Amino acid sequence: MKEMTEIRWHGRGGQGAKTACLLLADAAFASGLYVQGFPEYGPERMGAPITAYNRISKTPCTIHSNIYTPDYVVVVDESLLHTVDVTAGLNEQGGIIINSHKAPQQLRPLLRGYRGPVYTVDARRISEECLGKYFPNTPMLAAVVQVSRVVDPAEFVVNMEGSYRHKFAHKPQVIQGNMQALTTAMEEVSRA
Amino acid sequence: MSIRNRLSGNEAVAWAMRQINPDVFAAFPITPSTEIPQYLAQFAADGPGDPEFVTVESEHSAMSTCLGAQAAGARAVTATSSAGLAYMYEMLYVTASARQPVTLAVVNRALTGPININNDHSDSMGARDAGWIQVYAENNQEAYDNFLQAMRIGEKARLPIMTCQDGFITSHAVENILLEEDEAVKAFVGEYEPENYLLKKENPLAVGPYDTCPFYMEHKVQQAHAMLAARDIILEVAADFEKTFGRKYGMLEEYRMEDAEAALVLIGSTAGTAKACVDRLRQRGRKVGLVKVRVFRPFPARELAQALGHCGAVAVLDKSEGFSGCGGPLFAETRSACYDLPQRPRLINVVYGLGGRDCAVEDIETVYNRLQRILETGQTGELYTHMGQREATDDGV
Amino acid sequence: MIRDPLTITEQTPWQEMTTGGEIPQGGTARIIKTGEWRSDVPRWDSGKCKQCLLCTPFCPDASIPVLEGKRQDFDFDHCKGCGICAKVCPFGAIHMEKEGL
Repeated sequence: MKEMTEIRWHGRGGQGAKTACLLLADAAFASGLYVQGFPEYGPERMGAPITAYNRISKTPCTIHSNIYTPDYVVVVDESLLHTVDVTAGLNEQGGIIINSHKAPQQLRPLLRGYRGPVYTVDARRISEECLGKYFPNTPMLAAVVQVSRVVDPAEFVVNMEGSYRHKFAHKPQVIQGNMQALTTAMEEVSRA
Repeated sequence: MSIRNRLSGNEAVAWAMRQINPDVFAAFPITPSTEIPQYLAQFAADGPGDPEFVTVESEHSAMSTCLGAQAAGARAVTATSSAGLAYMYEMLYVTASARQPVTLAVVNRALTGPININNDHSDSMGARDAGWIQVYAENNQEAYDNFLQAMRIGEKARLPIMTCQDGFITSHAVENILLEEDEAVKAFVGEYEPENYLLKKENPLAVGPYDTCPFYMEHKVQQAHAMLAARDIILEVAADFEKTFGRKYGMLEEYRMEDAEAALVLIGSTAGTAKACVDRLRQRGRKVGLVKVRVFRPFPARELAQALGHCGAVAVLDKSEGFSGCGGPLFAETRSACYDLPQRPRLINVVYGLGGRDCAVEDIETVYNRLQRILETGQTGELYTHMGQREATDDGV
Repeated sequence: MIRDPLTITEQTPWQEMTTGGEIPQGGTARIIKTGEWRSDVPRWDSGKCKQCLLCTPFCPDASIPVLEGKRQDFDFDHCKGCGICAKVCPFGAIHMEKEGL
């Protein structure tokens, strides 16, 4: 892992991109790193495109701006590829992870000339199978860890269980499904 | 022992409130401070803290509730942003003149028009002359630490105090933080024991009477002197905070200023971004530094003059427009603070970041480059400028 | 130490005034004899008075004392002579006169 990894999340209000971003910060924090996880809000409405950011660093980071040259981009809603320039500034040594049932090469034409690695994971299917509902954030979070290795994947799985116990202290019944969604996505995320 | 954790700025302030366990919390939601009453409602419901959680019908009432509670001898806190702070406006003045040390957590947001939920300092800067102590935070750690220090400062100075942090930028950003043990916080903050209060049975008190002309001026002079005295109290509490918890605070923070020829003066979270820029430029051999103003009221004029006295060029970054036509509020006061220096630096003003307009390391670098040109040419150039807005180009786009 | 409110006057320097204008002690309105402001004075005719007590709550200066359910004569230390009591009395038991007649 380099000194600092920057990740940008694109999602729609209500899909949990911000929550996934904060959970990634949690997981990285649990492995002893310095973290930032923060959303950028436009109109606060369901469905509106939202952006969230992570800085994950071995040393303290004082920068409080948005991220313009991310190492990784996570696209929580495939439809955003048509309207948002998701690969803007994206590091070609890094990668983009998209929630889609399609193969990565099918989506590359939508990426405005981005030449770095493209990954897809079918977060909708995984979420519906494991959670019974469409909450794509958990599989996307798992996929970004698997791809970026900002956190050791094995350690991540252990830490996430703790994090879910904290977050869902008032809703313990959802913890097991989330853990299953997490591990499935880590196995399935594929690259082109 | 400090506890390593990760919290957003709002969570951090709510955590400080939970630990202090004030007698009264007046709750009225407004973005981006809404999470503070939300968290506190949870803490109050879960216990063991037992603040009187008063759901008021407006911010005017929130501040009135705090004023009444504080006058009755209780510790009262509330949180707000933007138009909420504006709606408290009258009561801010009343609270200050009644000398009731209410603690207010401000989460800075542009003061509407056009309506906008994002960060700048126009809300609290508008209230800068209300007679409140104002302390600003760069990050979640400072938001937490400032809140822990606030009551001791306010209660000793007998002035209300607002602790400010940048909406969304720190309020909604989860970052690493060191929290202190509940017991240690309780011991540091102590109990509130006012000498007199409304309902003290041996000596009931009337608070906030009408002041006729022969009395008003005297009370305003008292307030002015209380604000002057607040400086030493702020430093004394900061010294004890450092002794107790190990983190150092002052009226302002100087970053790599020892031999700096060019410097920025700024407030809040952008200071962190600017520090990264200073480090980058220092690696290239540029003698640059910055001064982060932590306490805006009382204004650290003496400290600023001392910090800037050896600089050749200084840019003051204002995150609010004063519409004075000659610079934002921080610029006006910094420039005034430098007036008596035997050798004044050349000063420029950059108004930036309004309504959440982002400010990256590269933006800060352009300001240092401007200062570099001033140093090289000896020409200040334009004094009052804006940064980050779209501009029509010379060929008429 | 409890401060005597009467020691705060228009000659008191700011350093010696109470913080924030706080008034020590309660019920200090009693000290200020607003009766001196009066130019008209109410006269109560106890013979016509039916002790309905309507005048008491109407008095803006709490200057109609009631003892054991019966109104007494006016508290002239505080009555400003506004005449509201005379207006509301249904029995013509109060009339106004020029002060000092």
